[in-house]
Amino acid sequence: MKFTIQLVFIFCAGLLSLPASGEVHQKPEAFLQQVFENQIPDPEMLWITGELRDTAEQILQHKPTSLRTRYWQSDQRTAWILEEIGKEQPITVGIVISDDRIETVKVLIFRESRGWEVKYPFFTNQFKQAKLDSELELNTDIDGITGATLSVRALTKLSRLALYFHQHVTHKS
Amino acid sequence: MKRATPIALITAGLLGSAPVLASEQELRQEIDNLKQQNQTIMERLNATSEMIESNRSAGGASPVNIGGYGELHYNNLSNNLAGGDDKEMLDFHRFVLFFGYEYTDDIRFFSELEVEHAYSGESKPGAVELEQAYVEFDLNNKTSAKGGLFLVPVGILNETHEPPTFYGVERNPVENKIVPTTWWTSGAELTGRFGQGFSYNLGLHEGLATSAADDFAVRDGRQKSAKATASDLATTARIKYTGMPGLELAATFQHQSDMTQDGTDNAGSANLIEAHAIYTKGAFGLRALYATWDLDGSGPAAIGADEQTGWFIEPSYKLTNKFGVFARHNVWDNQAGNSTDTEFTQTDVGFNYWPHEDVVIKMDYQTQDAPAGENEYDGFNVGIGYQF
Repeated sequence: MKFTIQLVFIFCAGLLSLPASGEVHQKPEAFLQQVFENQIPDPEMLWITGELRDTAEQILQHKPTSLRTRYWQSDQRTAWILEEIGKEQPITVGIVISDDRIETVKVLIFRESRGWEVKYPFFTNQFKQAKLDSELELNTDIDGITGATLSVRALTKLSRLALYFHQHVTHKS
Repeated sequence: MKRATPIALITAGLLGSAPVLASEQELRQEIDNLKQQNQTIMERLNATSEMIESNRSAGGASPVNIGGYGELHYNNLSNNLAGGDDKEMLDFHRFVLFFGYEYTDDIRFFSELEVEHAYSGESKPGAVELEQAYVEFDLNNKTSAKGGLFLVPVGILNETHEPPTFYGVERNPVENKIVPTTWWTSGAELTGRFGQGFSYNLGLHEGLATSAADDFAVRDGRQKSAKATASDLATTARIKYTGMPGLELAATFQHQSDMTQDGTDNAGSANLIEAHAIYTKGAFGLRALYATWDLDGSGPAAIGADEQTGWFIEPSYKLTNKFGVFARHNVWDNQAGNSTDTEFTQTDVGFNYWPHEDVVIKMDYQTQDAPAGENEYDGFNVGIGYQF
């Protein structure tokens, strides 16, 4: 009988909390407004084909699931909103790159049931100023989060991918 | 055969047949028509792309999730016990399939079905086991509740044990004998997060059912949710801190009101305390865990099983992204409450090689020091594991 009471208590403790809602930390539009200080450039489209697709596959370790991706560019600064599945669900991430280095990595929408720590600045700040080396790896170590390996991996891949795409659109003749 | 494009035809017309073509006005009209056609094609291409993208976006993602892991082991171990059997075997130790279904953004089902030792059935070495099957509800952004069959929130490996995630061919003996991994139960659990990196679990679930016949060893008490006696449930609470990259600190407390589930008057309640730390900085990694049980009653006390304790420490170093080496020292004793030597120690050294981030090849060498009269295995292990 006492365990039944404990069981009821456990569920009531949760149900008394706030109503459920999605984990949208920042809407993509709001992210872009913040990044470009309310002067968002027109979006451009990068088609992921040919060599671009091969390299994206090498970075992601699977075939890209998009035919193209939008990006926003102002001089040598680009912003990308990309998605990658951690364990089961896509994580939506905003990435800003300036002069071939990461300026910002921000988790915009997190849908996984584990690995929630990746959304906090204590983790995403590690990416700041990272750039790609000749092997298309980040030139800095990213210390992971135990039990959140797949979410950490997803953000690392997206950062590398955004850096590679940035190089492609800013260095092309 | 390659088809000539409209633009190529126009160009050819302009260059080669200019005298034949009509006026400049007609040419301009033709170019305008082509521009219009090109615009229509681009609009349709964009519409097609958007439709494909919308189908694979988050809202349209498949609600079904499938995954799995498995590991094949080769053990070549010599037994130092006089007359004891050596262990030289190939064993597909685990084949596991995950299956999940997302009812809504806030309600999901998750399951894990496992075949152990490849071949199960009466008098066969293996088993088919349901290790997880629960429904989880997000109550808000920081709190979720689950009901069903789930892994107890304790230790390092119990909840995360896919082969590419840990060093050593076999799971460490301390979590195996003391925690006791893999440990699943049925019941209900509340999970919450607070601050930047703190989380907690609070669960009410089936308890262990040990007995004097099993020397009150905790591992033998796992009921595995198979017609489990539920006269005396267990309560588990864990707090975890992961608010710094590379660091995990966690502690679990569990209370069971009766470890035998049958009112045996020489055995009663039990408490488990487990704590561990994981730290990874660049290529360097360190794992350490301590776990101890305190069993009440004259029965466990009579054989020293009133205290069951173990710990290990495991430094590791990744020489490259794909190759890491480790060492681990393990100490455990399921009868630590007595005055005789019942303590086991085991030291492992070895490496993991990840040809792909989800595939691992492992090798290690182990040396054991066992109490008198117990199997004591020294030798090497080789394994291959995967997850997807």
